[in-house]
Amino acid sequence: MSVSEVVQVSVEDLKNIVGEEHAREAKESDAVDGVTPSFVVEPGTVEEASAVMKLAHEKGLRVTPRGSGTKIGWGNPPSEVDLVVSTARLNKILEHAAGDLVARVEAGVKLEDLQKELSGANQMLALDPPEASATVGGIVAANASGPRRLRYGTVRDLLIGITVVLPNGTVAKAGGKVVKNVAGYDLGKLFTGSLGTLGLIVETTWRLHPVAAASRTVVVEVESPAAAGATVQSLMHSTLVPTMIEVNRPGSDGGGTVAVLIEGIGPGVMAQAVSALEITRHHGTPRVLEGREVETFWDDALKSPWDGDGVGLKVNALPAELPNVLELVSDAAGRNGVTSRVTGHAATGVTLVGLSGGDEEGQAATVQELRDIVGSGEGSVVVVQGSPELKRKVDAWGPVGDALTLMRRVKGRFDPGGLMNPGRFVGGI
Amino acid sequence: METATLVEKMQEILGPEGVISEREQLRTYECDGLMSYRVVPRIVVLPETAGQLQRIVQTCHDEGIPFVARGSGTGLSGGALPHEEGVLIALARMREILEVDIPNQRVIVEPGVVNLWVTQEVAPEGYYFAPDPSSQLVCSIGGTVAENSGGAHCLKYGFTTNHVTALEVVLPDGEVVHLGSKAPDTPGYDLVGAFVGSEGTLGIATKVTLRIVRQPETVKTLLAAFPSPDEAGAAVSEIIAGGIIPSAAEIMDSLSIQAAEMAVHAGYPEGTGGILIVELDGPQAEVDHQFDEVVRICEENHATEVRVARDEEERVVLWKGRKAALAAMGRISHDCYLQDSVVPRTALSDVLKKIAALSDEWGLRVANFFHAGDGNLHPLVLYDERIEGESEKAHELAGAIVLACLEYGGSITGEHGVGEDKKHYMPKMFTDDDMNTMQLLRCAFDPHGLANPGKVFPTPRLCGEVPGPYKVHPLQKAGMAEMF
Repeated sequence: MSVSEVVQVSVEDLKNIVGEEHAREAKESDAVDGVTPSFVVEPGTVEEASAVMKLAHEKGLRVTPRGSGTKIGWGNPPSEVDLVVSTARLNKILEHAAGDLVARVEAGVKLEDLQKELSGANQMLALDPPEASATVGGIVAANASGPRRLRYGTVRDLLIGITVVLPNGTVAKAGGKVVKNVAGYDLGKLFTGSLGTLGLIVETTWRLHPVAAASRTVVVEVESPAAAGATVQSLMHSTLVPTMIEVNRPGSDGGGTVAVLIEGIGPGVMAQAVSALEITRHHGTPRVLEGREVETFWDDALKSPWDGDGVGLKVNALPAELPNVLELVSDAAGRNGVTSRVTGHAATGVTLVGLSGGDEEGQAATVQELRDIVGSGEGSVVVVQGSPELKRKVDAWGPVGDALTLMRRVKGRFDPGGLMNPGRFVGGI
Repeated sequence: METATLVEKMQEILGPEGVISEREQLRTYECDGLMSYRVVPRIVVLPETAGQLQRIVQTCHDEGIPFVARGSGTGLSGGALPHEEGVLIALARMREILEVDIPNQRVIVEPGVVNLWVTQEVAPEGYYFAPDPSSQLVCSIGGTVAENSGGAHCLKYGFTTNHVTALEVVLPDGEVVHLGSKAPDTPGYDLVGAFVGSEGTLGIATKVTLRIVRQPETVKTLLAAFPSPDEAGAAVSEIIAGGIIPSAAEIMDSLSIQAAEMAVHAGYPEGTGGILIVELDGPQAEVDHQFDEVVRICEENHATEVRVARDEEERVVLWKGRKAALAAMGRISHDCYLQDSVVPRTALSDVLKKIAALSDEWGLRVANFFHAGDGNLHPLVLYDERIEGESEKAHELAGAIVLACLEYGGSITGEHGVGEDKKHYMPKMFTDDDMNTMQLLRCAFDPHGLANPGKVFPTPRLCGEVPGPYKVHPLQKAGMAEMF
């Protein structure tokens, strides 16, 4: 679409819907992976969001939904963006039914604010992606997760209801307020991880969990990727119920740590920690952390393996492949003049890789080499942080197999005009 | 297409023994576990391989013939009710366990594999498959996937959708696609999540990759007797509010107890108005501690007796009555009509009172046995179809109960599916916009509405396709154009 057509919409049209203070011309800091939109609008209600989407639809504006913007760089650079629809004002916690362990919240509520509210009832939403300021809507759209996924699963396992605004302004809901519910199609799962390409998420309902009373941390020093793999396997196939099993490999040589967080009641966690020592001592040197070192250890262990301007990869593989993934990463990085740092939710098969140094050629080649091997079997390598230049050399998502045509048909039905986040998702969706 | 030609075509794919077209034989397939709806299909086909299944669906698509997939036929919402013009595809002969991958906690099976076989296969390695509908001895994995089945233990471990990581699916146009992966977080839309629970309306799964779960270190079960289901419900609420998530929490009311006693002599305490079964599993020390808590909470909520199973044998005895409850209803009533509504757990007590009032109003008995932990009621309206008008009355009362549950923020179905039986309740729970949006998904998978048509939604959405038998566009057939 040419600029002249976009100009048919003025910021006044948006202000008419959301009020004077909540629509403006976009600034450079609103850019989505290097693409600067024309306007930013912040609807304050679902009705306003619907009216904004309807206007965008009528005028053919390309829309990027935005929460806190912590994952605005995810996916491929968009082909065009005209309008950023921010959920910043959709920030109400609508209902916390503590007795039912259920909460209903608007999409723009920040996870940290929700957790604070829930902690009053000793409850939590069992999601812990690294970006604490992320909104729940953004977490759903990006399918963001953290180490607790081992025990509690990911968004798809916790989201029980959703309300969305379709690109044409239609407001639709699916699921409900009860955990057990099989009425109708599960649109919550369809929107989970759809990165804003099907519509705007405006409301979510969640299954909650009680906060554990006590915890213990066992850290196993391991000398090699093989030992890390064996440690993780021994824990996975035991009767322990850890909340996290995290692997950490700071450099390209040698070993690292496998850390286990056990949560529950006092006597229970101690007994499990003792079992964990017993189980893992054949593969490394385990010990139970005491006192202050627990917090210091986890602060460090859960740090993202990439920094602000580095490259971040998420390698999704089979958990038993962990030693191979660790070796592959260091080998591929080494060959291409790049330095790697690895952490990961080991028992789930998710490994996070930070690449630093080298140039974009080397980074791209590293990604490609990993994809050739990990992606050729069961698994995938996703670029979650990288410069637009890198993502022009390698697709952020990699190949998705023979389901792509069907995914395009789904996209075509929900967003026939191709207005939602065009180009950011898999296969150019 | 003439039925004789259709039979011939199917025989070419399956051989004569894979096609059923004699009316008397077809009648075996006229209903699923919900026997109040019956339709004789045009023909029944019994594929043995995914390749055969693909060709069957392709043929149906090319000729514009509707098809319905059926596993073991144990569904309780008429989801596998045949279409009178259509082909019923019975998957009972596709029952191979294809791969067991313990290091990665995955099992890959064909759709006709019986639910319990998965657990039996991996039990020696210390694993099991968590979704355990009451019919798990006979129900198929394909059906479990289609209905997103739960079971008594899904309160803690989730439903089928939480335990399926990948699917091979024959789409309604005959195309074969692979959704998800054995590995986590496959890029792209979560079409596995969209497919599980879609009740056979988006295609037919030919391979299912399941997540298996480590057996717990210990399991402890107790049975508590209460004066009424109310106190039992209050106990469950308090247990969960206390931060304990039992692996199961089941309640039976006095009618259910009476029926179960007559059928299996479970030996429940006499004169009991409500029975609660609670099961905890996990690491020993944790379970021991929490179990004491549960006993204390039951006693504080006026339990008249608490029985603790000391071993597996006693555990089976405690469960015996609950597992037999549905089948036992024949002992106290000529006919019964089962619902599957869900209410928020905290509303259980109010809803039970409301059900009792409705029961009085209609003059029909209602038995209740339910998954209390997740608020999934199974109100069972007891009636006698030999008495004129009683069957209609029973269905009206069941409808009133469903509406009462919705008033409390519940759902029309927790685990049985919408199918044929509950589709007219869908508009009570969802708006037209909601249902039309859901059906966008249907249009993407099945634009011609051939897969299990008429189920789930009261009104099918037109997908903007030309009505009538579907003809493949020549360009598309030649692979030169894609249809969106």
